[in-house]
Amino acid sequence: MLVAEGLTKKFSGLVAVDEVSLAVAEGSLTGLIGPNGAGKTTVFAMLAGFLHPTGGRVLLDGADLTDEPPYRRARRGIARTFQITQPFAGLSVHENIAVGAYLRHARRADAMDRAAAVAERVGLSHELDKPAAALTVAGRKRLEVARALATEPRLLLLDEVLAGLNPSEVRDMIPVLRAIRDDGVTIFMIEHIMQAVMNLCETVYVIAQGRLVAAGTPQHVCAEPQVIEAYLGHGAAARIAAGGVHARG
Amino acid sequence: MYSTEIVLEAVLNGLLTGGVYALVALGLTLVYGVLHIINFAHGALLTCAMFMVWAAWAWLGIDPYAAVLVVGPLMFGLGYGMQRLVIGPASRHDDGNILLVTLGLAIVLENALLAGFKSDTRTVATDYALEVVSIGPLLLSQPRLVGFAVTIVMTALLWLVLNRTDIGKAIRAVAREKTGARLVGIDVDHVYAVTFGIGCVCLAVAASLLMPTFYVNPRIGGAFVLVAFTIVVLGGMGSVVGALLGGLLIGAVESLSSLYLGDSLGQLGIFLIFIVVLLVRPTGLFGARV
Amino acid sequence: MTATDLLRPLLVVAVFAVVPWLGVSNATLNFLVYMLIVALAAQGWNILGGFGGQYSFGHAAFFGTGAYATAILQVQLGVNAWVGLVCGVAAGVAVGLFVGFLSFRSGLRGSYFALVTLAFAEVFRVVANAAGFTGGAAGLLIRLEPGVATLQFADRRITCMLVLGFVGLGLVISTWLTRSRFGAHLIAVRENEQAAEALGVDPMRVKLGAIALSAALTALAGCLYAQYFLFIDATIAYGPWISVEALLAPLVGGAGTVFGPLIGALALHGLGEATKGIAGSVPGIDLVVFGVVLILVIAFLPGGLMGGLARLAGRLRTIARGRRPAVEA
Ligand SMILES: Nc1ncnc2c1ncn2[C@@H]1O[C@H](COP(=O)(O)OP(=O)(O)OP(=O)(O)O)[C@@H](O)[C@H]1O
Ligand SMILES: [Mg+2]
Repeated sequence: MLVAEGLTKKFSGLVAVDEVSLAVAEGSLTGLIGPNGAGKTTVFAMLAGFLHPTGGRVLLDGADLTDEPPYRRARRGIARTFQITQPFAGLSVHENIAVGAYLRHARRADAMDRAAAVAERVGLSHELDKPAAALTVAGRKRLEVARALATEPRLLLLDEVLAGLNPSEVRDMIPVLRAIRDDGVTIFMIEHIMQAVMNLCETVYVIAQGRLVAAGTPQHVCAEPQVIEAYLGHGAAARIAAGGVHARG
Repeated sequence: MYSTEIVLEAVLNGLLTGGVYALVALGLTLVYGVLHIINFAHGALLTCAMFMVWAAWAWLGIDPYAAVLVVGPLMFGLGYGMQRLVIGPASRHDDGNILLVTLGLAIVLENALLAGFKSDTRTVATDYALEVVSIGPLLLSQPRLVGFAVTIVMTALLWLVLNRTDIGKAIRAVAREKTGARLVGIDVDHVYAVTFGIGCVCLAVAASLLMPTFYVNPRIGGAFVLVAFTIVVLGGMGSVVGALLGGLLIGAVESLSSLYLGDSLGQLGIFLIFIVVLLVRPTGLFGARV
Repeated sequence: MTATDLLRPLLVVAVFAVVPWLGVSNATLNFLVYMLIVALAAQGWNILGGFGGQYSFGHAAFFGTGAYATAILQVQLGVNAWVGLVCGVAAGVAVGLFVGFLSFRSGLRGSYFALVTLAFAEVFRVVANAAGFTGGAAGLLIRLEPGVATLQFADRRITCMLVLGFVGLGLVISTWLTRSRFGAHLIAVRENEQAAEALGVDPMRVKLGAIALSAALTALAGCLYAQYFLFIDATIAYGPWISVEALLAPLVGGAGTVFGPLIGALALHGLGEATKGIAGSVPGIDLVVFGVVLILVIAFLPGGLMGGLARLAGRLRTIARGRRPAVEA
């Protein structure tokens, strides 16, 4: 459903993203991985409309979105989360999520109900009345997901929503994401935690230094030597081949 | 429609006035460059300084130019104290709060002067106020010429202080990286207050240069504050040289637009420049920082 | 918005509505009318500054446009006062949209937005002071002619009711902002523009809507001012005093709250009168107090009077809740 063609972004000389083309199939759970500074967040920013690409196009179901501002794309059903969480700090958790829900529900009562239901799904229902500023890291990540989900998107772009969570919190979150996908929402996620990627994604794109270096199933991609090199540093491929080392990111 | 001489004279006189404007703007831009705050009380502080110069003359018989020796330290103390005791603690370094606290101070200062001195306009009478210097066919006001020269000296002095003294180095360090400066043991709150004090000294000098040819009443700061903001925005927020150039430019523009549009509409040119610069290029025309 | 949401605004209006009929002096009525006009202008500021987080230092541009439009239409063109009022509000909205479009398109915010609004107001002041159709520096005098059609009432209690009605409208609009999609969007843009955009909010449209609404209320205050005092000039209509009044009241009362502007205006002007009572009518003394109050509120009472009240209520609740187990133990 979502297609990127030759996406390129230059920041005054630095090429952050270089001719990246990818496709996210309807109903899939697709991953985007790569080392720090590879350009993953920049790709998402271009997909969601927060950065205008230096070159290339973004298509949703064949429609060219490249020149559309973020709010239009959100109305079309693309929702993103922010790697550095961006809560409405002065508002309660409930109100935060309601801002998302207002996209499809004009009446306050409906939006608030919808927000409460979404909070329930991501495990925030006990914190509804808390100020967003008072949430823990895990809570903020959940809030990002909840707000995006409340817009009832067709495509959810998740930027490292598991980063900074402890293992048990990650374990809690994984089924939540899978359930969202099972409800028909296509998910495209950036993730560092390989265990989660292997567990969740059907297709994975790997970028390093702005370039796409591999694509395929997680198992396939992880076996590619250039991915392991790019991702884990020189010599990692050999170490993994020797056995026993889990890719962790 | 006017002869070249009249226009030239207007431009030159404008440039000379612009020198004093530049001095007012210098204080503002310094505070902005270091503290990263827009000081809305700047105009009211100028009014304070002008009243001090007037009082020194009226009550103690001190010449306005000589008064700077008294008013300068007083204004430094006022600025230092205001930043250290009011603006810093009350605003807790939140930008919106700073804006409002300085606005509150402006209201307090201006109206305290109004309560104390009523709205009467006061002037200082000196025997040199109307002296002119003739250069070829052009007549230039002598006090303005003095003002212009002093402005250049002040700008140079400020540059020296910033670049050649310990406190200047501390100020520049804080302007660049507050946290880093604190880590190497610089007392940031002290530096902030000193910077604010220096900004106020610029106002003291400007006041003593203005008083021989100008007048003071409690609302006079308002007339200068937008001009000063215009200069600062034009010159690039935080740029000392930009403030000087911006001041000269605005002085000339004001002089020309009152020549062609009359006094009441003369200010319009400045406000419009201000709006356009803010809308189009809020980083200023001349760029560079402190 | 439901009927119960309107209960509190109506209650507050009802309380204010009783006062004029309790046999109070003319001076008190005068105070009430003036305070309510300021409160109305402040409610306008509060929509953009409080709910929207865009601090304007130039709401005089809207106030003055409302005042001048009403006055000019009546004096120069003999238009009915009610029509003048509607046109005044419309003119204020037009100015608001113009200023808003230019500033928001350039991405101005914070201090820069404050400065640019201040400059716009000054441009209007200079022009109004120089132009012919505004009466120039002499100002405009509206003919004294009491009647419903002229919106002038010999009985000040009626004027008070009229202005109070509009303040009530302001309260209803503010309440609507706390209960509606537009209001939620506006607050979201204030809190985090980028995050709001990701959720489908068009920030430009929301901000323009806010400045239009904001300008409408403040222009309305300007119209009522002209109609009550029957004289305006550039310093009154476009002077910095009203920009300051319009922002002081919400900030002291509680920016971004429904009742903040009204409570703030009442508190400030009550205090102003008290000061004058003690210090005699020294010019400017009330404003010195206002400035000090503003600084004190920012230093010690974040969220203004309403914020303070909310915290107090919260604390009382916790104490009440905390006490029960303590007694049992
Ligand atoms: N606005 C910007 N201006 C200049 N350079 C930028 C900007 N945004 C990102 N970059 C640079 O582009 C590169 C890619 O950044 P990006 O945030 O997309 O990486 P990432 O893959 O998301 O990294 P991480 O895993 O750390 O989140 C980095 O070198 C970064 O410094
Ligand atoms: Mg990233």
